[in-house]
Amino acid sequence: MNRFHQIVEFVNDLDKRWVFLVVGLAVVTSTIFRLTFPEIPTPMVRSVYEKVESLPEGSRVILPFDYDPASEPELQPMANAFVRLCAERNLKMYFIALWPLGQNMVAGVIDDILQTEYPHLEYGRDYMDFGYKSGNEGVVAVILTDIKKLYTTDAHGTAIDSIPMMAGVRNIRGFDLILTVSAGYPGLKEWIQYAGTPGNIPVAGGCTAVQAPLLYPYYPDQLVGLMGGIKAAAEFEALVAEAYPKFQEDKDRFLTALVRMGPQTVTHLAIIFFIVLGNITFQILRRKRQQEALKR
Amino acid sequence: MKRALWIIITGIIVAVLVVRTASGNMESPFAGIEGFGTWFAALLTLAIMSFLYDDNPLYRFAEHLFVGVSAAYWMVMGFWSTLVPNLLGKLWPSLTAQLFMPGLADTTHDPLWFMYFIPMAFGVLLLLRLFPKGGHLSRWALAFILGTTAGLRLIAFLTADFMGQIRSTLKSVAGLTPAVLPGGSPSFSFETMFWDLVAVIAIMAALCYFYFSKEHKGSFGAFSRIGIWVLMITFGAGFGYTVMGRIALLVGRIEFLLRDWLAVI
Repeated sequence: MNRFHQIVEFVNDLDKRWVFLVVGLAVVTSTIFRLTFPEIPTPMVRSVYEKVESLPEGSRVILPFDYDPASEPELQPMANAFVRLCAERNLKMYFIALWPLGQNMVAGVIDDILQTEYPHLEYGRDYMDFGYKSGNEGVVAVILTDIKKLYTTDAHGTAIDSIPMMAGVRNIRGFDLILTVSAGYPGLKEWIQYAGTPGNIPVAGGCTAVQAPLLYPYYPDQLVGLMGGIKAAAEFEALVAEAYPKFQEDKDRFLTALVRMGPQTVTHLAIIFFIVLGNITFQILRRKRQQEALKR
Repeated sequence: MKRALWIIITGIIVAVLVVRTASGNMESPFAGIEGFGTWFAALLTLAIMSFLYDDNPLYRFAEHLFVGVSAAYWMVMGFWSTLVPNLLGKLWPSLTAQLFMPGLADTTHDPLWFMYFIPMAFGVLLLLRLFPKGGHLSRWALAFILGTTAGLRLIAFLTADFMGQIRSTLKSVAGLTPAVLPGGSPSFSFETMFWDLVAVIAIMAALCYFYFSKEHKGSFGAFSRIGIWVLMITFGAGFGYTVMGRIALLVGRIEFLLRDWLAVI
């Protein structure tokens, strides 16, 4: 066996833990050096942005946060960007969660963004939190006809009827947009199936990258726009930062997805390298085995 | 030799952490609940990641802790967000407001309040699975859940997925893109029409691949081979997105370790 084939055999038998190590180092180094790359928004992401921007002041937007800390690194940047854009546009935000831990994600956004960056916005007048309810798509189906059937109080135990922004709201049919952040079931798909399509309410939102291919068929007729994973979140942040330059001042705070796309790109290059390398070695070894079989 | 190497590496890491903490460059685990929480979360993250090297007791501890905490949290949330307001609050509103929910303004009985005894009974029936005798009674509740869910999902599927998708495809094949902005009218483009025709042909080809009542030969065979390509491209896109999702999670954890724990960025 010549030296070339020895190297090929070595690469072919490489322990997968070396691949993990290279991927880990790629993420760590690019995170330390804060590499960022420019993002060009795709039409689907631009549609979400344009839809929110087009809503008149005071429009009602329901924000289902159907995710938990397990998908927080991927979805939190887009959730933050949604809330910031809604706050900038003075839209009325109704938070809701179909995931038990979604309620905590809502609480985090209210604490970190609305109360910190927009102290002039008032709970109950500009935004409110329905909290979590079990029942998955059943919850969506019920609130399409009658919110108070399920929600007698908000997430803090305050009676729904005493919340000013609930005055005149019987169900979500009159809402101007459903803007979801979804990590799986129940999530964006259920909001399209049980509220968007039957209630003729525009639905837009973001989801984990894994979910995105399953939701593409709904765009553009049943889904105004779709943001799949951290890449789309970075594109959305780029659009928001372009329209509201104050968000360009602190990248770590306002453009987290854009910052996280640096390690993402470097790691993808490393993975592509390994895929190409693996295929080349596989082909070389296959050819070698075929030649050896012919000789015999 | 290998064991000694690991002890040396671990010793160096611990020494670096102690020096950095002592010099105030990173948060101490004894600096209140927040410092302890950060250290605990960081060590649990490392314990989970250690599985990439090999299975080990630290990984199993972190995994079991996660499962236990999740189950307990789910149960508590279910009790306070569903059982209390939606069952107890409907059956005994005054008592519920007094004991659990001071914010419950409406303490009058719903006209059909007694109907809530039915879900309560079904809930009790479900719990009978835990007992050796009478476990079969839980099937009544399960049958109700299955029937209701199937009915609910069937209608939604027919409306949103079946009819909705056919309508959307026909619109798209006609080259029409719905307006994003309110008051706008659908726009027409040949590009939309072309790509949607490609999508329709791709779906038909993929379906042909799974049609086994006819031999895959001749033009039908060629068309079904296009279906294989469609499937491969779809799996490739799915794989790419999955990689992106998983790397995003890794970046999030690494950011936490480097910024919140080690304070190096």
